[in-house]
Amino acid sequence: MSMTLVQVIVSGLLLGAVYALFSSGLTLIWGMMNVVNFAHGDFVMLGMYTAVVVWTALGGGPFAAAPIAAILIATLGIASYFLLVRHIMRGPMLAQILGTFGLALFLRYSAFWYFGADFKTLPDTLVGGSFVIAGIRFEGARVLAGVSGLAITLLLHVILTRTMVGSRMLAVSEDATAAQLMGIRPQRMQALAWGMAGAATGIAGALIATFFYTSPTVGETLAILAFVTVSFGGFGSVLGALVAGLIIGVVESLSAYLIGPVYKDVVVYLLFVLVLWFRPQGLMGKA
Amino acid sequence: MGARRFAFLGLVVLALVYPLLVAGLPVYERLGALVLLGAIGASAWNIVGGYAGQVSVGHAVFFGFGAYSAVVVYTHLGWPPIAGAPIGMALSVLLAAVIGVPTLRLSGHYFSMATIAVAELVRVLSSTFEFLGGAQGLGGPAMPRTVFDLSFLSATPFYYIFLAVLAFLLGLTWWIENSRMGFYLRAIKDSERAARSLGVSAGRYKLYAYMLSGAFTALAGSLYLCMFGFVDPESGFGILISVKMVVMAALGGAGQLFGPLVGAMILVPLEELSNSWLGGRGAGLTFVLYGAIIVIIARFLPSGLLSLFERRPEAPKAKPGATNVADGHAD
Repeated sequence: MSMTLVQVIVSGLLLGAVYALFSSGLTLIWGMMNVVNFAHGDFVMLGMYTAVVVWTALGGGPFAAAPIAAILIATLGIASYFLLVRHIMRGPMLAQILGTFGLALFLRYSAFWYFGADFKTLPDTLVGGSFVIAGIRFEGARVLAGVSGLAITLLLHVILTRTMVGSRMLAVSEDATAAQLMGIRPQRMQALAWGMAGAATGIAGALIATFFYTSPTVGETLAILAFVTVSFGGFGSVLGALVAGLIIGVVESLSAYLIGPVYKDVVVYLLFVLVLWFRPQGLMGKA
Repeated sequence: MGARRFAFLGLVVLALVYPLLVAGLPVYERLGALVLLGAIGASAWNIVGGYAGQVSVGHAVFFGFGAYSAVVVYTHLGWPPIAGAPIGMALSVLLAAVIGVPTLRLSGHYFSMATIAVAELVRVLSSTFEFLGGAQGLGGPAMPRTVFDLSFLSATPFYYIFLAVLAFLLGLTWWIENSRMGFYLRAIKDSERAARSLGVSAGRYKLYAYMLSGAFTALAGSLYLCMFGFVDPESGFGILISVKMVVMAALGGAGQLFGPLVGAMILVPLEELSNSWLGGRGAGLTFVLYGAIIVIIARFLPSGLLSLFERRPEAPKAKPGATNVADGHAD
């Protein structure tokens, strides 16, 4: 295997870990309450703008931006849950889909109106340039994003599967009424899921902004990436999202390298259609 | 019922004489035509999104097929653009079958996600084909050669063409609504599982609705091209095209015959106003408003504005999540 190919795969894995992080929020909410947040990509976009604002206004890097973005987007998530999602969940399918879709448009074009349409980037040197290990070139920003993405996704998985809070959330997702009889408040757990998803998404946004252009419409592309990752990994599974995110990161990098940068999206979208066709329950989902 | 029939007749008369009322005011002549074009697209969406309850957020794929078919027959064959309409419609029916067979098996949210992804896929692909003008897009005839090029100095001829198409489409929808298929579609929308268990071949009727909806969305695309004379990947396949169809139908009332027309009569003037008042940035503000409208409808008025005028006994409240459990998963 040539060195370039190794390089491509490594950067694909680093990218994939970030995809896994922002997709885990989407899959968490789906698993809890069978609702797809169509505004998910725009939550990431707002996390990215948080990083841009923190840098331009305060001169802070991703270490300052990530916690701020986590708090902001978690608040946004909880507010969306209480003001909107909680109500539309009980409504007809059209309302369930349109509710968060409208929220997506609202956030996207508010950003467009406020920040303008132009692409914003953070300086390359913000996260310590790049370095070479064993002939493979690493960019600081991508390594930081990839490693943090991996760590936080695993943390989320551990919280959901190994802690009391995780068990309570699982109980609500299995049967909200039974959980309520056991003294768990379903709405509180669902709001918590939106908060956790928002925090993960905000951090992901702040990390992506260090190496990716930030624009109001970037959320659309990212939302589709999250749909692909989540359907690939199985709706509701954070571990599934992690594996799927890594695979999609590599597939995207490889197709950009082997076929051409324009076609990387085409390959990923085709993958999505194939997964929906042949394995709608996802790679790791139960049949 | 008298009041309703009176309102309907009033609407028909107003639609017929509108261009005479605004004769000599090009802005309003154009506005009338745009409202009708929007209503055609949203009414086409309504067949599958409203009546069958399959919320496609990727209908731009058919609109783009219609628009590109029209401009391609002009650019590559020298035909009048409108001659591309039947080709675009046929291709859209075919495409609807190709997309619909796998994706209509998915329900609810999955179907919406799949339609978004397919439309994005086609948008990205369309910008790579030199044949379709790449990212720059293609233009129609600059000067009319014959009357079939449908190039007019005023928007009034377009107004009457669009009105005829809309009348035909609404007539067809009305006929379907009262046919066996209409009852099947409503049954599928209420509960696909129940409909299936009563012997409705849900898959087949959803597909028919999707193909029909795709064909008329393509016709809207071809008509758009005839009026505007230009299409690029964003104005043909962009997600905002899909969004407009959904919002107009949902605002007026999805699954109601005149819902999309009412939605278009409100939203198109709103968009034109904010674009002319606020300029380039107004486009952004328009969609902030669209987003807010969608959220408010979904939250407070999921059956649309027309439902306010309906006098129907309160339906018994569904148990929370009762239908989700039955229909929320792919089967």
